[in-house]
Amino acid sequence: MGKVLMKGNEVIAEAAVHAGCKYLFSYPITPQSELVAYMAKRLPEVGGLFLQAESEVAAINMVYGAASAGVRVMTSSSSPGVSLKQEGISYLVGSELPAVVVNIMRGGPGLGSIQPAQSDYFQATKGGGHGDYQIPVYAPATLQEIVDLMRDAFNLADRYRTPVYILGDGMLGQMMEPVEFKEVVNEELPPKDWATTATRGDGGPKLTNSLFLDPAELEEHNNHLQAKYAKIKEAEVRYESYLLDDADYVIVAYGTVSRIAKNAIKEARNQGIKVGMIRPITLWPFPEQPFIETRDRVKGYLTVEMSAGQMVEDVRLAVEGRKPVFFYGRTGGMVPGQEEILEKIIEMAGGEQ
Amino acid sequence: MELVFEKTKGLRDKTTHYCPGCTHGIIHRLVAEVMEEMGILEDTVGVASVGCSVLSYEYFNCDMTQAAHGRAPAVATGLKRVLPEGRFVFTYQGDGDLASIGTAEIVHAAARGENITVIFVNNAIYGMTGGQMAPTSLLGQKTATSPFGRDAGLQGSPIRISEMLATLDGAAYITRVSSHDVPNIIKAKKAIRKAFETQKKGLGFSLVEILSTCPTNWGLDPLESLHWVRDNMVPVFQLGVYKDVEEGK
Ligand SMILES: Cc1ncc(C[n+]2csc(CCOP(=O)(O)OP(=O)(O)O)c2C)c(N)n1
Repeated sequence: MGKVLMKGNEVIAEAAVHAGCKYLFSYPITPQSELVAYMAKRLPEVGGLFLQAESEVAAINMVYGAASAGVRVMTSSSSPGVSLKQEGISYLVGSELPAVVVNIMRGGPGLGSIQPAQSDYFQATKGGGHGDYQIPVYAPATLQEIVDLMRDAFNLADRYRTPVYILGDGMLGQMMEPVEFKEVVNEELPPKDWATTATRGDGGPKLTNSLFLDPAELEEHNNHLQAKYAKIKEAEVRYESYLLDDADYVIVAYGTVSRIAKNAIKEARNQGIKVGMIRPITLWPFPEQPFIETRDRVKGYLTVEMSAGQMVEDVRLAVEGRKPVFFYGRTGGMVPGQEEILEKIIEMAGGEQ
Repeated sequence: MELVFEKTKGLRDKTTHYCPGCTHGIIHRLVAEVMEEMGILEDTVGVASVGCSVLSYEYFNCDMTQAAHGRAPAVATGLKRVLPEGRFVFTYQGDGDLASIGTAEIVHAAARGENITVIFVNNAIYGMTGGQMAPTSLLGQKTATSPFGRDAGLQGSPIRISEMLATLDGAAYITRVSSHDVPNIIKAKKAIRKAFETQKKGLGFSLVEILSTCPTNWGLDPLESLHWVRDNMVPVFQLGVYKDVEEGK
């Protein structure tokens, strides 16, 4: 199969199908509506099902039921809808059910706007719902990267029995780019012998559950979850380094913003400022290593986000106060421009070169 | 010696935590017996809800999934829609779970004609959290959160779920039965059997509402509680079949 020109939301959908996901439960919301429309047509072709839920609350709980039955399942939404899913996500975590949750972020708080934003970083990476937990978060920057990450997201979900986020913004959902779906042999995954598919002679009754009335048992369950997060932190971190080798300054950006930042970096280099970039691909676990490697030799970091400053907190934690960490952000659906970022780079480098 | 009675295989060997005089235990047994008699214990996934019956996942002898408060019909939808043919899915929900926090999920599961069976236990109160007003609490009923008695002007009137859901085309079988005496318990079992048969035939959504007791939070003894159901609940929640597509009703 060669390259095809597709819209971001459709790429997420088709990539999920390629990853073996046959079930989507969602409620319509801009800017991810093309995803559900695409799946409503596409899933019946592969013997699957798209069901429009009565709300995001219902959608995530349908996901919980389907995941409990052991199938690959996904739900998609945008910021206000993802807020509604938080209780269900916490239950997925507690019951250790694999699923993929797509958030095509838009401006908030409240009803906000339908324009792109990255203001759900805290919600995605710091828990979101109640309880002590983390969720792996993939943040693709291009449509081709979506294709590659969707399969990884489903595999990671199955391997660790956890929900996984795909975090994009409205721009990524709406843009069009050529993509290629390559046939890949899927990795060997553990059998889902825990799934509640009705016993049918396979031994005693199975249970999907997040209730542990005995505090000692619940603590043990939490310790088990924390051990799982430690493994994920060790094995699943992903990031891209861009022109870091000789960099004096480092931009930190993820998703579509990293693409705008790349252009600003090229321009800054034309003007003689040596800038590179760390682009986290997993937002949780956050890539600390490239900061540990660079913080003693570079002069400063500039985090650029479509938020009032969320990922910058993780950058500061990784830099541990050894170098200044600057921030530039736009909010509400406003997108930082290449010129604005360039200005901030020049400012960080101490004015005109 | 001739064996005249045996405990149903639909329940596990576990002592339940229910209070004396609470009819959750009786209703569990009815559901379990029906599953055993139909030979579907190995084909069924139950969905436990949040309420006193949350631990039903420890009692039913089939695969179980525990759902968030009110969301059991959505969880059941997810299960039923992806499981292979021939699997049964039921939810077991209280009135706070189904008729308050979970109204959207139950209405839309019925409207979609989800081919699941809902066991709806109506005891006119929130049992697990300590006796607060439920959407099915009776007018004048004193609870922890309606200390002066439920007042229609302040708290609205009881919701009649079976009547409401029966108006939906997706509902195939909706009935209200009671657990307050033996004849009614026998009728309740027949209704549960019919609900599971409805699912087996693929006719659509089935729900059995069962009037039940809560001696602890009503402040009555077990016998008084049974009488309270008969004398106070039955007149408001009239027993009967509200929808039966097989009978053209
Ligand atoms: C989201 C959420 N809100 C509130 C609760 C607390 N809660 C637990 S059980 C319950 C009421 C259950 O009442 P009912 O469904 O009537 O069942 P019963 O205990 O009477 O059998 C409530 C409010 C909860 N667990 N989750």
